[in-house]
Amino acid sequence: MEIQLTVNNKTHTVDVPGETPLLWVLRDELKLVGTKFGCGVGQCGACSVHMDGIITRSCLLPVSIIDKAKITTIEGLSEKNNHPVQLAWREIDVPQCGYCQAGQIMTASAFLAQNQNPSQEEIKEAMHGNICRCATYKRIERAVQTAVEISKKTTK
Amino acid sequence: MESTQHHIDRKTFLKVAVLSGTGVVFGVNFLQSCQSKKEQPINLEALEYNEFNAYIEIALNGYVTIYAPNPEIGQGVKTAMPMIVAEELDVAWDHVRVVQANLDTKKFKRQVAGGSQSIRFSWMPLREAGATARQMLVNAAAMEWNIAPEKCTTHQGFVVHPKGDKKGYGDLVLKAATLEVPQKITLKKTEDFTIVGSGKHNVDNFKITQGDALYGMDYSQEGMVYAAILHPEKFGDILVSVDASEAKKVHGVLDVIQFNNNIAVIGTNTWNVFQGKKAVKATYRENKNKEDSDLFDNRMEQAFESGKFKKRGGKGNVSEVFAKADQVIERVYEAPFLAHNTMEPMNFFAHVTADKVNLKGPIQTPENTAKQVARALKRKEEEVHIEMCRIGGGFGRRLIGNYVIEAAQISNLIQKPVKLVYSREDDMTAGYYRPKVKYKIKAAIKNNQITGYHLQEVVVNNMMWPKLANYFPEGAIPNTLFESYRIKSNIKTAPWRAPVTNFLAFAEQSFFDELANELQIDPVQMRLDLLEEAEKNKHDDMEYSPRRFQAVIKKVAKDAQWGKTKEGVYQGISAYYSHNSHVAQIAEVEIKNNQPVVTKIYCAIDCGIVVNKLGAMNQAEGGIVDGLGHALYSEQLVKDGIAVRSNFHQYKLGRMKDAPEIQISFIDSKEAPTGLGEPTLPPLAASIANAVFAANGNRLRKQPFAKNGLYNS
Repeated sequence: MEIQLTVNNKTHTVDVPGETPLLWVLRDELKLVGTKFGCGVGQCGACSVHMDGIITRSCLLPVSIIDKAKITTIEGLSEKNNHPVQLAWREIDVPQCGYCQAGQIMTASAFLAQNQNPSQEEIKEAMHGNICRCATYKRIERAVQTAVEISKKTTK
Repeated sequence: MESTQHHIDRKTFLKVAVLSGTGVVFGVNFLQSCQSKKEQPINLEALEYNEFNAYIEIALNGYVTIYAPNPEIGQGVKTAMPMIVAEELDVAWDHVRVVQANLDTKKFKRQVAGGSQSIRFSWMPLREAGATARQMLVNAAAMEWNIAPEKCTTHQGFVVHPKGDKKGYGDLVLKAATLEVPQKITLKKTEDFTIVGSGKHNVDNFKITQGDALYGMDYSQEGMVYAAILHPEKFGDILVSVDASEAKKVHGVLDVIQFNNNIAVIGTNTWNVFQGKKAVKATYRENKNKEDSDLFDNRMEQAFESGKFKKRGGKGNVSEVFAKADQVIERVYEAPFLAHNTMEPMNFFAHVTADKVNLKGPIQTPENTAKQVARALKRKEEEVHIEMCRIGGGFGRRLIGNYVIEAAQISNLIQKPVKLVYSREDDMTAGYYRPKVKYKIKAAIKNNQITGYHLQEVVVNNMMWPKLANYFPEGAIPNTLFESYRIKSNIKTAPWRAPVTNFLAFAEQSFFDELANELQIDPVQMRLDLLEEAEKNKHDDMEYSPRRFQAVIKKVAKDAQWGKTKEGVYQGISAYYSHNSHVAQIAEVEIKNNQPVVTKIYCAIDCGIVVNKLGAMNQAEGGIVDGLGHALYSEQLVKDGIAVRSNFHQYKLGRMKDAPEIQISFIDSKEAPTGLGEPTLPPLAASIANAVFAANGNRLRKQPFAKNGLYNS
């Protein structure tokens, strides 16, 4: 079926079965490959995107139900790779293999949009759903804190 | 700049070529220094390009490009190796660009990621490469100024005249390329390092944080189709027939093919082929020899009772000291199969045509895999090309290139460019696991001294290597014996992050804690005393340094204030000679809701000179948390020939909330660097088990801890 999608403020039309998960439409049809395939069952968080600003596992989201919701992927998180979370990720030097990090960044950015001043416990809770086999968790935690500081500076 | 004179073997370096209009390239062999010194010197003039395994390119504008030959799996070599070159070349780091080289057996040697060996093997060759290129630039400037080269210095990409004039490397490089390669070079003194020992960010960070297509999984090209694969569900089963009628009706499925013992579904995108796979009906001839975790447990117990073990190493007379012992202490430690679970599932692009086999994707062993593909397709090796990319985790899984061969076979059969993608379930259930293993360790005690040490390994498929007998406690205990018993299985097994030692270290370091408890000695003091004995008996075959080992133990004990913890905090120590680095760790455990919880890990590491402080800390922390997660939660089970755990809802990995506080110290050292991709993982589990014992008296001898009833976080 023909489906219209708004991804990173651009409208796309794709012709796929309605049950196709958003992940594969992004990756194989629209060639937006920053959103990663990790498990396909919503357990690892590598495929995380924003749907109207809400963190969503794209591997479980049939494209047919997205309707007019706006999808944001890692490619559209900021104009110049300069979202506070992206800046913080580089400042703290989070990635090892890097494969899960787009999902981590999307999860952190959606979380910080809802909670501008999180506690350490809240950060851990928010990031607990994302697996990193390189186990960069300590740096992810620090980078989220750093992103909070960067955001505070830029909004002053 | 203070400096040290250094004679280089001609063969360790280098061929220089002028690039048309853009700069000069230096071909470098990174790995010569680890080869035998007895080899005949090679005549530089006769060298072909295939003697080299990396390139440094200096452009006319002074910018430097370093082609990193080794696969980057997250261990950080793509950043650390060029740092070493840039240090000796004496250029500003922000003028250096790093490019991943492709597999090119004509240009490069040993393009492998594994064993934490990249930095260790390439340290001197990388330094020599940078220093030789620098010397040639100095010589070129000195000729232009008509002064002796010794009067010139360099600073961040410039040769500096004694009176202060400067010439940029870019302006000198064409002249330098015409000069003879110097035999005598000057290496920097380690105290003059400005890049090595600093903290440089991962060179791919910018691309990673904006979601660029860096990984094999991200690759596509015009006309490419997608493939999913069905391996036999049960290990050892033989494919008999395939009914693809339903599968071919699935939207986007183009074809279903049978090859070797596998079935591939070909289609227009990944989702379609995954759906098609579910509709395939296949019949198999069952392997009668059922693979089963519980049955392995029984067979392993039987092996300890009556099996014929193969001697792997040791010295002295173990049977005699055990016969004469006052006391024999014997314990058994058990580990399950583990899947690698790289976050990027196995995948590879292949395009097989009449003249070429083009491959692209994530592989730790491109050269060997290219050979295997050539053999499988009956093609010439030189027809096989592998383009390398950033790799979404390796941990040993991608040393085995079976999925590359499969992709090539599929493309060969359908005569189209294809990307084979494993689902997570394919990845987790089709094998290549850390082997299931048990260790029985016995110690003979006489007059309160350990006189004998006898370690027996019963393992599925992959035995420990004999060199491990020269690790601790070699030198510390006079009579030792290391034996293995191998159970052959159809379950596919492979190296897994820190092969063998990922569990051997747990068994050994738990056992020494048990000995300390039995003998009523402080576990830290016991290790220091044993290492003092080892120092007295030091010999050339000994794999570790007792003094460096003692230093990390003392350091971690000091950092953690061993023996002086506040009430309710319990500590356990573990120390291991880990892939050429010495590592000691102390875990702290507190009891919360009647359960022990790991709250902090202290770690001291001697890996020689720390090349990249940021990268080193990242590797060390990651190894600790990875080791903790796997010891607590992870296992693959096999029941009736089928791998039971198929995805992350059943296979638990460590996550954010499991990561304790971590404090890491690196020993200040001038020794040549060793690797960090694996070293902090092996000792970690025993530090936890030993701390849990201190906390509640429960001795953890079986992983995963959480499942075995003794630990819940």
